[in-house]
Amino acid sequence: MNIKKILPQLLTLLAVILIFGFFSYNAQVNMENRGITFGYGFLSQESSFDVQFSLIEYDGSHSYFRAYLVGLLNTILVSVIGIFFATIIGVVVGIARLSNNYLINRTAAVYVEFFRNIPLLLQIFFWYFAALRALPLPQDTEPMFGVFFLTIKGFFVPAFVWNNLDIFIYSIIAAIITIIFVRIYARKKQENEGIQTPVLSISIGLLIILPFLSFLFGGVDASVEVPVIKQLSQSGFTYEGGIKLPPELISLALALSLYTATFIAECVRAGVQGVSKGQKEAAASIGLTPNQVLKLVVMPQALRIIIPPTTNQYLNLTKNSSLAAAIAYPDLVLVFAGTALMQTGRAIEIVSITMLTYLSLSISISIFMNWYNKKIAIKEK
Amino acid sequence: MFKYLKQLTSLVAMVAVLFTFTTETMAAKKSKTLKNTQKKGFVRCGVSQGLPGFSNADAAGNWTGVDVDVCRAVAAAVLGDANKVKFTPLSAKERFTALTSNEIDILSRNTTWTLSRDADIGLTFVGVNFYDGQGFMVRKNSGISSVNDFKNGVSACTNLGTTTELNMRDFFNSKGIKYEPVTFEKADEVVAAYDAGRCDTYTTDKSGLAAQRIKLSSPDDHMVLPETISKEPLGPVVRQGDSVWEDIVRWSLNTMIEAEEYGVTSANADSMKTSDNPAVKRLVGAEGELGAALGLDNDWSLRIIKQVGNYGESYKRNIADTGILPDRGPNQLWTKGGILYVPPAR
Repeated sequence: MNIKKILPQLLTLLAVILIFGFFSYNAQVNMENRGITFGYGFLSQESSFDVQFSLIEYDGSHSYFRAYLVGLLNTILVSVIGIFFATIIGVVVGIARLSNNYLINRTAAVYVEFFRNIPLLLQIFFWYFAALRALPLPQDTEPMFGVFFLTIKGFFVPAFVWNNLDIFIYSIIAAIITIIFVRIYARKKQENEGIQTPVLSISIGLLIILPFLSFLFGGVDASVEVPVIKQLSQSGFTYEGGIKLPPELISLALALSLYTATFIAECVRAGVQGVSKGQKEAAASIGLTPNQVLKLVVMPQALRIIIPPTTNQYLNLTKNSSLAAAIAYPDLVLVFAGTALMQTGRAIEIVSITMLTYLSLSISISIFMNWYNKKIAIKEK
Repeated sequence: MFKYLKQLTSLVAMVAVLFTFTTETMAAKKSKTLKNTQKKGFVRCGVSQGLPGFSNADAAGNWTGVDVDVCRAVAAAVLGDANKVKFTPLSAKERFTALTSNEIDILSRNTTWTLSRDADIGLTFVGVNFYDGQGFMVRKNSGISSVNDFKNGVSACTNLGTTTELNMRDFFNSKGIKYEPVTFEKADEVVAAYDAGRCDTYTTDKSGLAAQRIKLSSPDDHMVLPETISKEPLGPVVRQGDSVWEDIVRWSLNTMIEAEEYGVTSANADSMKTSDNPAVKRLVGAEGELGAALGLDNDWSLRIIKQVGNYGESYKRNIADTGILPDRGPNQLWTKGGILYVPPAR
């Protein structure tokens, strides 16, 4: 091996080790001087603080680790909701920007330019306090369809109360497996005999019929629990029963979706415009319908351009969800790097865990999107 | 290359020896924080992001409040000028890290003295400049007149990372009430959310409630419930490990309280030098060598009283005259029925 090639590598490695060594040594010395101990033992201690909104059972008698899970799940929840709506809005707006209709096209452009050029934190504050100003008090609200209540204290929706929920879930899993087999069969049939099978209608049918059968014969039973208004004091009311979505979650998800959708819209526009006109004309000339042209020719090629930058936007959205702390949505940063850090004083431990968690979340999303990207990439034969 | 190696090693060794020698002797003789403060020419003080009466900046950026006055007193004692303070506004979440990581030298930010904070995270509390307790604010038209009127499902707005969060849980648990905690990082957002109707009650230290009530859109529609659910002794904090600095901050605060006890004010301090009472003479530096024990000159306490005033003056100027808490309650001298009692300066 050539020494000239190895030497720079070794020096870089040495520099990295020295820098990390210096910082950890420095931290160690300073912590010792101030009598601060280091350790992760606190994670099993009782947290003794409550959290307003949690997907798992939690109160202050649980451990700090449980509080960490509560925060993590809330972060994942708002990210998933945000990614879902950002994708839908982004695709719609991206396609609208390519529309030949002047009004649609301009509206989409104004939306994109407006929302992506205002700092996200401001938008979060705007939506949160706008929501608080605009939403009615629980006693003044008009129910939607008689069962949904949108109030300043949250969006109260009916909950399903299930009997034998597991059987219902099995029936859905069975339906999905059957659909996969039907698709394989349909593809083979088309390859061998050239006959198309109406896969979509069969799939929808299966998804309806199998769960329906579980209601008839599986002993599955669901009733709806509608939120009921409750008086707390002479002027204070709230709703009980059903599911409560806090206004913090709604405004955070709204702000994140609207902001990130602008970037996704631009990715979509770039992707569709990146497919050459000749491709569409060639597809049309062999007799494909406009829908088939979009589905079979344009989209598969456009997706390859769209996916990698969109992955970045998904990552950004997940990381941006940490701004939740500003408006009291109990995400990882508020619950764990906020309250838990304050109550234990273990800054280095908690910040390191939080950083590793965001890193793992981002890497998971990247791995998934890379897998999807590879799946739709051109398969060279 | 090896020609220089030997010289280089001896140079490094020399520097290292010199360095350890100098730092050790300095640390032994004098407080590092004191030395740094005198070199910089200002006291680095961590305060709140705006709590009227305690630490609040006006439009021109001038800080006032009883917490601010503690830092000013230290500046007067150490640097001779109460205005030589650099204030750093901190959130509840940032405050301890700012102190332990050397960003500030005094944390005077309505901070509750607790065992775990004192012992576990490298901090030392030096005294109490305000005896407080947690309370609840509600809307007058709610008809709630006592904490016993709260019902299951009540939502409570408060600040993140405070003892308030823990007290609130203890309180509601002991009453068997299910509640919804809504915690914000900054006090201004708590006020805005409570004001909008997001929460049924706003809970924090009673002094804080009284101060923040002024910021509500119609303060008269709200009231603070009579009960106090916790002990909140608020006071200045320093880093653990610099006992000289700790003593300076402690006795700067004590001087203000003792000055009130002996009737020494910013107006009469100079004339008190000829007082008959030796305790008063010690307080204004006319007798004894108390300054030397702290590594300061003998006029340190006189400067505090002349430039900042005694505790009573500070309270009146910041909390009583601004209408926040006209009644001193427990924050009255022990001689007048309160619990303010400091060790003698002698």
